[in-house]
Amino acid sequence: MGEKIVLRYTDDPEQSDIATYIRKGGYQALARALKELSPEAVVDLVKRSGLRGRGGAGFPTGLKWSFIPKDPALPRYLCCNADEGEPGTFKDREIMEKDPHELIEGIILSSYAIGAHLAVIYIRGEFAYAARQLEKAIRQATAKGYLGRNILGSGYDLDVAVYRGAGAYICGEETALLESLEGYRGQPRLKPPFPATAGLYRKPTVINNVETLANVPYIVLNGPEAFAAIGTSRSPGTKVFCLSGHVKRPGNYELPMGTPLREIIFEHGGGVRDGKQLKAIIPGGPSTPTFTAAHLDVNMDFESVAAAGSMLGSGAVMVMDETACMVWAALRLTEFFRHESCGKCTPCREGTYWMVRLLGRIEAGQGQDGDIELLLDICDNMAGKCFCPFGDAAIAPVQGTVKHFREEYQGHIRRGGCWRHETTGGRLPTTDQGPRVTPGA
Amino acid sequence: MMLSERAREEIIKTAERFPERRTALLPALRLAQDEQGYLSSQVLVEVAAIFELTPAEVEAVASFYTMLKRRPTGKHLIQVCTNLPCALSGAGELLDHLKARLGIGVGETTPDGLFTLETVECLGSCGTAPVVQIDEDYHENLSAEAIEAVLARLAGG
Ligand SMILES: Cc1cc2nc3c(=O)[nH]c(=O)nc-3n(C[C@H](O)[C@H](O)[C@H](O)COP(=O)(O)O)c2cc1C
Ligand code: SF4
Ligand code: FES
Repeated sequence: MGEKIVLRYTDDPEQSDIATYIRKGGYQALARALKELSPEAVVDLVKRSGLRGRGGAGFPTGLKWSFIPKDPALPRYLCCNADEGEPGTFKDREIMEKDPHELIEGIILSSYAIGAHLAVIYIRGEFAYAARQLEKAIRQATAKGYLGRNILGSGYDLDVAVYRGAGAYICGEETALLESLEGYRGQPRLKPPFPATAGLYRKPTVINNVETLANVPYIVLNGPEAFAAIGTSRSPGTKVFCLSGHVKRPGNYELPMGTPLREIIFEHGGGVRDGKQLKAIIPGGPSTPTFTAAHLDVNMDFESVAAAGSMLGSGAVMVMDETACMVWAALRLTEFFRHESCGKCTPCREGTYWMVRLLGRIEAGQGQDGDIELLLDICDNMAGKCFCPFGDAAIAPVQGTVKHFREEYQGHIRRGGCWRHETTGGRLPTTDQGPRVTPGA
Repeated sequence: MMLSERAREEIIKTAERFPERRTALLPALRLAQDEQGYLSSQVLVEVAAIFELTPAEVEAVASFYTMLKRRPTGKHLIQVCTNLPCALSGAGELLDHLKARLGIGVGETTPDGLFTLETVECLGSCGTAPVVQIDEDYHENLSAEAIEAVLARLAGG
């Protein structure tokens, strides 16, 4: 296997302890930066490395940092997005639980680069153990003088806070995250103004994903060329692919950007479970359109996945074998989006509701002629018309599965139900979720 | 039940750490729930007073987040992940097993008040599906037999 960066040492059970982290070269990047590099020089290194955001959109990290106004009198903040809610994604949790210092060092370096004296890690509410690991790492780093006042005698001060969410997928969207951090309902804000000019407390703010920030110590220590030598020219570095579903060996695999899907699923994941045939792949989480076995030779980097009609997204590769019903899968994912829609804008709130109704009746054998067209019509009425990118994401399961598996939808409507559930013997999980618990209801 | 003095102190400490006090509202609600099991109307009024907000403003925030409960749950909260990766790995069967074993539906609490059963969306642990969260702990790669052992332990303790 090639070079690993963020998960390089996660097999070592002692890695989360600061002594082990330091023994393996940890906090050297920080010592070097504080001694030899100006904040601008750190921004420049990250720019030259070509690092792009790992939270889904792939925005160039150094460029994002350079939007922060130079005026040092103006407070500015760093927010680490550890909300990790995209279904199928479990990479940030592994980094935080097993190598928390790598993230903390990345946060200190990044805060220094943009001149922030307060950094907040917004971690999803369910991640209790990861939050404890981070708190412990912060205590250890503070005791060693890597955090707090006058870090390593440099005159630079930084406070890092762990802030626990409380169960809302939309809070992973950066402006909703800021609303939540300010003590409000986590609903997205209108952009512009962008967070770089008016973010947390209306002050300049950088928001970066956990995996993005965890790459920074490597770049500062080994140089941007070493980083850019991994992966592809436009998508440099590694990516953690979260492999789940019908594969023999699900799990996190850190591989060079541009690794073919086939290699990820068959070499690393051991192929499809129980000798079954591959049917569908969701390449980057439910917000990304579905692939089929015909897409196995797509290289997993930002450009190649986009050229093939989907998105790299968060790197959540979900695999489904021949027994999986596509209407059922689309229903399950659309139910997720309906549940998580924040309700602020009508196309998303109503659209997700009606898509679930239609998918539910097709799956239950009560589909009617014209239902497929109606589903696609709802997608059209949401695409580009919602307040935030959640709306575009929410139509991906329906659009992707109808595009590649339309005959399966037609079959459901013609036969009055799902034949797959009967022919496969093993029953597929029901979609009967019972009433969802709505707080305050 | 009133918020403890210790909780109040911690809320005020958190409020002072951030440039704007209201940032401590969500941590305060979490803390109140940890202490009392759920967010009663009375505790919302108390929290509102600390932040000089109206109870309605606090209620609006509390109702947005699924982990904040406005009603008591059982002693142990069982949350079965039913998002796609877990569903592809047997979450449906596991949920059916739990419903039958506990004799309750989703969203209900056993008559002895011991267990509340809920379904949740992806817990961020799909590499070890199916996953069930019980209180703060994740139980991964779960079979029906394995969850029996966990339930027996919880019922005993
Ligand atoms: C609905 C929605 C949910 C998102 N959830 C997450 C998330 O859980 N974690 C994350 O890092 N980014 C998430 N993002 C992306 C963030 O808005 C933001 O682009 C990202 O944190 C920027 O960091 P990066 O440049 O390092 O990728 C989400 C975006 C949307 C629209
Ligand atoms: S698109 Fe959905 S999630 Fe985004 S603001 Fe509108 S309702 Fe909220
Ligand atoms: S789908 Fe269950 S943990 Fe992700």
